[in-house]
Amino acid sequence: MKHLMLSAALCMAATGAFAGKAFVSNERGNTITVVDTETWEVLEEFEGGNRPRGITLSPDGSLLYVCASDDDTVRVFDTDTYEELYTLPSGPDPELFVIHPSGSPLYIANEDDNLVTVTDTDAHTVLAEVPVGVEPEGMAISPDSKWVVNTSETTNMAHFIDTADYEIKHNILVDQRPRYAEYLDDGTRLFVSSEIGGTVSVIDIAEDGTPTLRQKIGFEVPGVLPEWLQPVGVKAKSDGSRIFVALGPANRVAVIDGASLEVVDYIMVGQRVWQMAFTPGEEYLVTTNGNSNDITVIDVAAEKAIKSIQVGQQPWGVAITPN
Amino acid sequence: MLRSFGPLLAAACLMVSATGAGAQEVRAAVLRVDYPSLLPISRYDLRAEDLAFAGAALADEDNNTTGRFMGQSYETVTVATAPETAPEEMRALLDDGIRYVVLDARAEEVTALSDLAAEAGALVFNARAPELALRSEACRANLLHIAPSVAMQADAVAQFAIWKQWDRWLLVSGSNPEDRALADAYRRAARKFGATIVEEREFEDTGGARRTDSGHVMVQRQLPTFLQDTEAHDVVIAADATDYFAAYLPYHLWTPRPVMGSAGLRPVTIHAAHEAWGATQFQTRFEKLTRRHVQEEDYNAWLALRVLGEAVTRTSSADPQVVEDYILSDAFELAAFKGQKVTFRPWNGQLRQPILLYDDRITVSVSPQEGFLHQRSPLDTLGLDAPESDCTAFQ
Repeated sequence: MKHLMLSAALCMAATGAFAGKAFVSNERGNTITVVDTETWEVLEEFEGGNRPRGITLSPDGSLLYVCASDDDTVRVFDTDTYEELYTLPSGPDPELFVIHPSGSPLYIANEDDNLVTVTDTDAHTVLAEVPVGVEPEGMAISPDSKWVVNTSETTNMAHFIDTADYEIKHNILVDQRPRYAEYLDDGTRLFVSSEIGGTVSVIDIAEDGTPTLRQKIGFEVPGVLPEWLQPVGVKAKSDGSRIFVALGPANRVAVIDGASLEVVDYIMVGQRVWQMAFTPGEEYLVTTNGNSNDITVIDVAAEKAIKSIQVGQQPWGVAITPN
Repeated sequence: MLRSFGPLLAAACLMVSATGAGAQEVRAAVLRVDYPSLLPISRYDLRAEDLAFAGAALADEDNNTTGRFMGQSYETVTVATAPETAPEEMRALLDDGIRYVVLDARAEEVTALSDLAAEAGALVFNARAPELALRSEACRANLLHIAPSVAMQADAVAQFAIWKQWDRWLLVSGSNPEDRALADAYRRAARKFGATIVEEREFEDTGGARRTDSGHVMVQRQLPTFLQDTEAHDVVIAADATDYFAAYLPYHLWTPRPVMGSAGLRPVTIHAAHEAWGATQFQTRFEKLTRRHVQEEDYNAWLALRVLGEAVTRTSSADPQVVEDYILSDAFELAAFKGQKVTFRPWNGQLRQPILLYDDRITVSVSPQEGFLHQRSPLDTLGLDAPESDCTAFQ
């Protein structure tokens, strides 16, 4: 054991790569803020292109992908040096994307053009454009990589795109303005948040990938107008025991019990909470708070907010390096 | 589950196959009545030729994109007409089999044309007329109101004034019937929210030259003297529904005060700089399609047709009665870039929606204001509540 720890420490000293980093896209500030996930200190803030929103990492954590919405491109940065390496074709107004577990392709929602663009991250080429509903936003990939789910905000559907032929095979109607989709790690269930409908749709997934709407989860906080309970980001623990839902202008994250699908708690965070990401091992959950220009760190086991850190202007998304 | 979703779930549980069922065609019309009118005070307010129609074109695109997944298609025809020929245009649309008509017209034509439509079992959306009577004693069972009433507009302004603690109002109104109706709405709003109208002045419409080369010289001399020697007030409330003087008020007062209502801070359903709640996407789609900025008339027509599209999507029916019943039910909800769902008042067919307060450049605020509560929805603090409406057509 001692030996192991020693070699780990040596590795860290050699590469610096073991310090966890949270990358936060600041939609209005046009920057990316880098936060150390051990000390929770801001390490750096660098230019992220115009209107950076969706943000994700390559599976090995070496590359940072940013949807620079107003530049109509995906910008790719080195996660050590923060240098921009190249851009990827994304189609117009990329908002949110999901990366294949192998690292390629990226599946990108083009908000203005009712398309999902599939981009090869190695060849830097567009593999496919899939017409979807109006204002595509949420993107998720099934754990077996056979399905990509896109939610369209004005059409109010979750579209199930077959990754083998890029055809939409299923559509599920959900409540108004679906923003985000999240599979359970075992692939048996999908959660879709509806911002204006104020609900999270629970969709059961059959073995062949066929989705069935099971139920909708509503929210209620004493003293908060129901109109302000606007579900956006959703993150499920890998064992499915807890589902966290960011409630936008209600400034809270709802905690849903994975078995009963009941809301068990609401955690106060910053203002207008949108997207979230777990640290490796799911020890912490980090939320972006667009109106208070900060991120909140939630202790996942305790289900309590423990810290908030100022970042750039209007933080939108967050991605955290794997260990 | 903390809230009940019984009916909503039943309606929404449609699982839609990608291949779609038999095609369903939904045909609608926008009938715009163009009235003889003088030029507006500002060139910015010149009416585009495709006013309202452009909103319908965008709605058709949006509805058809969704319809592709549902096996439904949407087509909206657009007709511009003079008031005299409006009835025959309406008959032609109905004879053509159209059962959904968005009306951009004044109150008189709205009632007459709705009655024509009723004979054919058609549903009408009022996208323009703000008169209270249409939502009360003169309501129609086949007439839904997308446009806010004068009471919703006045209440939106009044709530902001109260929030600012500007509760002493100088009410300056025009002399045309529409101006007086709007002034009534502000009197009603003052009573409703506890403001005091310390004094009223009526600026008579004598039909003067508005934009001639030296018109501003006359305005600069006349308006301040017209507004001198008033009781002390916090704010000037302008009621000029016919757009002949209010635009001049902000810098031509005797006592410098903010102006709200028909000038200064105005209550609107949309403006081209509105970005909150995803509206940027609406603006970019609209501008790409039409090559101009959106106007309220466009948004109202778009919203009417989106209401129709949403009801058809959820009910899988194009039958006007099924569609209207769904629209007026608790299950109906629609996102309209206003930060909360828009729904309908079952007692008079009025769409509930937040009202933007706009200074001709940015969204200054949005009503209902924080702290104005209602047992049903804060949106019902704007406009005619159930006990205040004499409408019985929906019972």
